[in-house]
Amino acid sequence: MKFAIDIFTVVMVSSGVVFFMAGTVGLLRFPDTLTRLHALTKVDNLGLGLIVFGLLPQAQGLLGALKLLSIWVLVQLSGAIVSQLIAQATQRSGRQT
Amino acid sequence: MTSFLFAAAIFVLVMEALGLVRILRGPADADRILSVQLIGSGGVAVLLLLSAATQTPAIMDVALMLALLATFVSVAFLRDVRHSDEPTNT
Repeated sequence: MKFAIDIFTVVMVSSGVVFFMAGTVGLLRFPDTLTRLHALTKVDNLGLGLIVFGLLPQAQGLLGALKLLSIWVLVQLSGAIVSQLIAQATQRSGRQT
Repeated sequence: MTSFLFAAAIFVLVMEALGLVRILRGPADADRILSVQLIGSGGVAVLLLLSAATQTPAIMDVALMLALLATFVSVAFLRDVRHSDEPTNT
């Protein structure tokens, strides 16, 4: 049972790390701000989400698992709000020039 | 298991370091704040991985604080951009 849980963690954390790599490559290679923002949201949602999902069985007790989930929810909310603000600022500066 | 989690944490850290290149090059301020956003969520991931690898639950609280502060940095920065824009409009 412990072995199966460890396999689950390795698979989930590895796929989360792949999303981090994809987000970084997108941030470096994409041509303008809005496409880079698009790449970054994948990191926030899926990269961190999969890592948290993979670490859930390793958490110590129910409280630790709940704390992991609440960190993920906080990052989700802040990511959504900050993405909107960045897009708004980009659009505004684009209209001025 | 521990060494795998450490390796994953180091890999995410390297990705964050590569993301710093965007701060150096990014033509607009918004591009730079995107990189800061990446460092925020990447830092949270690194801290969670380290907390699981070293069996130290206290590091999870540090991750919570980092998530909160990364949000404040972005919001404060973008508020500043907006306020510096407004006088030039009118």
